[in-house]
Amino acid sequence: MRRRLGDPLFRLVSLIFALSVIGIAATIAVILYRDSAPARAAFGWSFLWTSTWDPVALRFGALPFVYGTLASTAIAIAIALPLGLGAAICLAELMPRRLADPLTFLIELLVAVPSVVYGLVAVFVLVPIMRDVQTVVQPVLGFIPLFRGPAYGVGLLTAAIVLAVMIVPFIIAVSREVLLAVPQTQRDAALALGATRWETVRDVVVPYARSGILGSVFLALARALGETMAVTMVIGNRPEVNVSIFAPAYTMAAVLANEFTEATETVYLAALVEIGLLLFVITLVVNGVARLLIARVGARIEVARA
Amino acid sequence: MTDVQRRRRRVERFMFGATAAAMVATLGVLLFLLGYIAWQGASSLSLAFFTRLPAPVGEPGGGMANAIVGSAKLLFTAALLGIPVGFLGGVYLAEYGRGAFAAWVRYAADVLNGIPSIVIGITVYALVVVPMRHFSTLAGGLALGLMMIPVALRATEEFLRLVPDSLREASLALGAPRWVTIVRVVIPAASRGIATGLLLSLARVAGETAPLLFTALNNRFWSPGWTQPTASLPVMIFTYAIAPYEDWHRQAWAAGLVLLVLVLGTNVLARVIMRGGRMQSA
Repeated sequence: MRRRLGDPLFRLVSLIFALSVIGIAATIAVILYRDSAPARAAFGWSFLWTSTWDPVALRFGALPFVYGTLASTAIAIAIALPLGLGAAICLAELMPRRLADPLTFLIELLVAVPSVVYGLVAVFVLVPIMRDVQTVVQPVLGFIPLFRGPAYGVGLLTAAIVLAVMIVPFIIAVSREVLLAVPQTQRDAALALGATRWETVRDVVVPYARSGILGSVFLALARALGETMAVTMVIGNRPEVNVSIFAPAYTMAAVLANEFTEATETVYLAALVEIGLLLFVITLVVNGVARLLIARVGARIEVARA
Repeated sequence: MTDVQRRRRRVERFMFGATAAAMVATLGVLLFLLGYIAWQGASSLSLAFFTRLPAPVGEPGGGMANAIVGSAKLLFTAALLGIPVGFLGGVYLAEYGRGAFAAWVRYAADVLNGIPSIVIGITVYALVVVPMRHFSTLAGGLALGLMMIPVALRATEEFLRLVPDSLREASLALGAPRWVTIVRVVIPAASRGIATGLLLSLARVAGETAPLLFTALNNRFWSPGWTQPTASLPVMIFTYAIAPYEDWHRQAWAAGLVLLVLVLGTNVLARVIMRGGRMQSA
């Protein structure tokens, strides 16, 4: 009797909890969609490409935030990818495992550092440095729009550097795993043909691991897009689209952090929720691409082993 | 050695030198970060930091006792939600999870894992704060708990899958029903790994700031019960770091050090527990 009841009951209970995970994810999507309705009704698709952000006149457009998010993330990836891939190659191809494993663990610890702590260090260390850098760079290159503007220290580039530091460990950790999964026979074949070790890495190992490395970049991208605290603390929080990388900017996550509790009007709040919805959709897509890319390497590596 | 060979050798040396430089740079940033926080934090830490309330605005001194207790309460609330859902969901996936439904659960967990933490904050604001008309420990804990679920779920599933099927078969062959097999044989066999995973999921949310900004808010006083706004270490660091007071900056560093030691300490501890497990099974 107990057996007949126990099994289905246990299965049912665990099923309910598993089901609740789907329920939670769906609820988040539904709430974001529902609560952004007033803003979608008021501004339609033009919300995406208007750059007015005026809480007093209740005119809202998300362009400065979308621009700030994309620009800071793009610069961060441009800095982090060469560093991360280089370090991953060094850890996977050059170093003996006994040395590489503890170093990788140390680097992976960086992933666990809370983002507000990165922000804290950035505010008091990086911002003054960037102010000095700008005062040196501007007399020489200030005529180029890319470097124009007063030396605040905070701004797009400062935020991008912090983001880069935060995502490098991601790229290293995943890329190293992917590089280690490349079959040794591939390397042996290239070396036997007379390639140097570097040529082996460049022409055989990295191309073999390409989609996994790209996957690690997309994972890092998703994290950078949604990153809130560290960016909010150093990007300057000004809703403008400015070509200068030294100019203060604003990101989607940062405007939510700063203005959500201040929004009293329904449309204002809805506009902020719509930015949240936008962020949700973007990270959903980027994470999906990352999963596909990494799964593809996994599949191919399995085939190669079989 | 021909010129071509010499050139290829030079290129090799240069490129590998560059990769080593990239690694040294990353490690350098890590060591600088840890060292700088330890130095700034240690020189700002005092007994008052752990025992006193924040001083009135503009006055120096005071501590973050309420934020420390607040963080503990938030994490406790988060664990109450995140651990049962993550753990039992993971049990379902590992033991019964085949077919389309399980794939949907895994997909939902991945989606949940990828949602920016600030967006979780918005959702909990709409779900809990608006109906309650109050920022509260409950809302903040709920937000953190939602973020724990995917991590706890994945860890549970992975470690249960590592348990060899022969163990399950042995138990079933002795006449134990499936659920007794799972509860008495499979879960105990994986308990060390699962405990580590749950610990790490807690460490992951301990430093989260963004989802607390409009759920738990902040508080300069004690927050009795579960329905009042509460201070927490991460939010205090944020508030104090961007404020214009020298003394607050000092306290932000102290809080940063405490938070970092907690989070990294948990990560190292988890690693040590796993090592022990591997040696035992070997």
